Amino acid sequence: MKKSYSEHLLANGLKVLLKEIHTAPLVSSWLWYRVGSRDEVTGHTGISHWCEHMQFKGTPHFPASILDRAVSRDGGMWNAFTYFDWTTYFETMPTEKIDLGLRLEADRMVNSLFDKKEVTSERTVVISEREGNENEPIFLLGEAVQNAAFRVHPYHHEIIGDPPDLISMNRDDLFSHYRTFYIPNNAVMSVAGDFKTDEMLTHIRELYEQIPAGPTPPRIARPEPAASGEHRLTVEGPGETAYLDISYHAPAANDPDFFPVTVLDSLLAGPSSFNMFGGGGISNKTSRLYRALVEKELAVSVNGGLSATIDPYLYSIVITLHPKHNSDEVLAAFDNEIRRIQDERTPAKEITRAIKQARALFAYGAENITNQAFWLGHAEMFSTYDWFLTYLDNLAKVTPTDLQKAAQKYLCPQNRVVGSYHPTSLKVRV
Amino acid sequence: MKTVIHHSLPGSDDITRTVLPGGITTLARANFNSPSVVIGGYLPCGSLYDTDDKLGLATFTALALLRGSKKRTFQKIFDNLESTGASLSFSAGGHTAGFTGRALAEDLPLLLDILADCLHHPVFPNDQVERLRTQILTGLSIRAQDTAEMASITFDQIVYGSHPYARPDDGWPETIQAITRNDLIDFHHLHYGPRGMVLAIVGAVDPKTMADQVASVLGSWHNRSQPDLPPLPELKSLKKTVVRKVKIPGKSQADLVIGSSGPRRKDPEFMPASLGNSVLGQFGMAGRIGEVVRKKSGLAYYAMSSLNAGIGPGSWDVSAGVNPANVQKARDLIWEEISRFVDKGVTAEELSDSQSNFIGRLPLSLESNAGVVSSLLNMERFDLGLDYYRRYPDLVRAITPENVLAAARKYLHPDKLAIAIAGP
Repeated sequence: MKKSYSEHLLANGLKVLLKEIHTAPLVSSWLWYRVGSRDEVTGHTGISHWCEHMQFKGTPHFPASILDRAVSRDGGMWNAFTYFDWTTYFETMPTEKIDLGLRLEADRMVNSLFDKKEVTSERTVVISEREGNENEPIFLLGEAVQNAAFRVHPYHHEIIGDPPDLISMNRDDLFSHYRTFYIPNNAVMSVAGDFKTDEMLTHIRELYEQIPAGPTPPRIARPEPAASGEHRLTVEGPGETAYLDISYHAPAANDPDFFPVTVLDSLLAGPSSFNMFGGGGISNKTSRLYRALVEKELAVSVNGGLSATIDPYLYSIVITLHPKHNSDEVLAAFDNEIRRIQDERTPAKEITRAIKQARALFAYGAENITNQAFWLGHAEMFSTYDWFLTYLDNLAKVTPTDLQKAAQKYLCPQNRVVGSYHPTSLKVRV
Repeated sequence: MKTVIHHSLPGSDDITRTVLPGGITTLARANFNSPSVVIGGYLPCGSLYDTDDKLGLATFTALALLRGSKKRTFQKIFDNLESTGASLSFSAGGHTAGFTGRALAEDLPLLLDILADCLHHPVFPNDQVERLRTQILTGLSIRAQDTAEMASITFDQIVYGSHPYARPDDGWPETIQAITRNDLIDFHHLHYGPRGMVLAIVGAVDPKTMADQVASVLGSWHNRSQPDLPPLPELKSLKKTVVRKVKIPGKSQADLVIGSSGPRRKDPEFMPASLGNSVLGQFGMAGRIGEVVRKKSGLAYYAMSSLNAGIGPGSWDVSAGVNPANVQKARDLIWEEISRFVDKGVTAEELSDSQSNFIGRLPLSLESNAGVVSSLLNMERFDLGLDYYRRYPDLVRAITPENVLAAARKYLHPDKLAIAIAGP
């Protein structure tokens, strides 16, 4: 079968993936760096995310105001994201304008200023971003659960960083982080849309190939030891609504177990979409946990989330409690459902259903070029693009036995953290 | 370049518009680029029909439609949808109740059948109504703790005063408690019908087939009781600046909303106000507001302006989330920007930037099926004509800095602003 995309390695180590899609006069270009919150040590938590902010503050050639204005004038969309394992920058532009996106990314791979004044004003912007997050009980609970789940592995801190580090880090810390990780041999470029591959590749070579490679940055290797037992914790905060966050240590994206756990998530809490742009989701009202918790009026909502990461992260189920029930009652009903999936063989037709849902989510995600370019690079950050291309086939291979084994292996109490949010302004309402 | 844009935009030659005998308008457009289909639409069943003591009834009714029909139980509805990877949901605003759904193209008949079934024959099972009531009440308790939501509700209360737009569509805990199952049945019986319903479908199905499928499930729907909406009262403008604070203890951040009423979507000032709003707090990283509040002062992660224009009087506001210690500072900076905007307007260069952005972003906003559905509904709701997006570049380019200044001065008065703050 003819490959739908092409892969190229430039002389300086920059990997380039190109996929022609001629459905709309648009091109989406993404530049991915292998650096994220997992590369941060205590004292410097949040540096990758703050560094991402600083990349919008300009270079001598593209001062901040010009950069922003130029992309917006042309009707483009641009943004950046920092995650545990990666940081990425993208521009989606009308076809004839994408040159601007390609140029500015090449420029800011090397020439960002990290002006001291800009660092100062951005410090309070990042702190404000964190304060906005802290207004949400789910963030406070999720952060506590994450901290408890990882004692050794750097997945233990929130991507945005801890407040004392956001106060103490300085311009030189940020600049040094930038210079260490923002090099072509630590990056992957993914471009999808309305272009001709040979022309696009030639242009990318012209812009990027002269950027010198640097020493390959080391990544922190501190595997999390197996949990010694169940952790339980309580977070108190404002509000009237109680929540439970039950998080299990989950397999890494490249682990064959990732696929049965994905199917488990679909059966328990409904299908999750990994699409970053567009597509929307599928509701989860027929999922096992919805039936056991929401239909039984123990909870008002339940949601599951699994992340595709390099190292094992968490499979989290977040439950909004019904006002008439407490966390012990809800957890007992939850555990009954977990035991059922561990003890009883799942009918094959339930797995077939989960596969059809995953296929539908893929079709919805394919509507949009930005999402396609996202996948082309994203999968490279924890595996290869082949992971994405074979994803549905791998899900389809999951058998009832695989599912049961994965449930027994991962969904056991000693492998989890149970976090409970206790609202401090509780009042009787029903 | 113009040709390229033209061919990717929806227009009268590739939109199939049909009106069924009962009054349902269907807009259909094919897109065979991916094997999926999106539907969206609305009916004139919004919260403006709600009484004050049962505010939230329209929302409650819309949400309850999928809780069971004569043909399908709640679990059956969602088993049919979720087994095929489809989705369908309802919501309600002021004037209309809306719905949105998607499916693989092969499952469009199923999606439309469920839509029609739930619109025609919802049964509002008692246990489901009570379960939904608790979910709505929990949503309202979460809302009461949300600084951005509470600032926004308070802002609307100041701007709209005694006008019905001052009321939140989803009601209050006590009004949701007051609604009975019979209220839902009666609301549905009286208001839900084909007159005024609009349905847009975009995706990998031939438009004629789409229209035929709609006709086969919704073509025979009739309801002679559908009342007209009573005329909206005139909006009284503020005589002076009004400040209101909502205290939400324990929060790390405060939200503020500052602004006034704005044009209706069909007013001639809409387009100049929209371009002006872009300069004020949208363009690039949130225009002048973003520049001053976020970039220069580092006061907020988000600070922007919004123009909300619909059937009746709209609103025009600046909002930001800031540390509680910085509320006054942010408020002063925003006030200065609004004053400068009303005093001097926008430069030709700023306007040109935003015009270019409005025109250039069209292919991106109309790339997905959902984006096209939204544009079709927009054209229908506001009588813009099926070639609106083809004419759009010319409409945008025609606006001058003088038009923007006139629109700004008509609506924004620095000494008569609504200021809402919610925080610790």
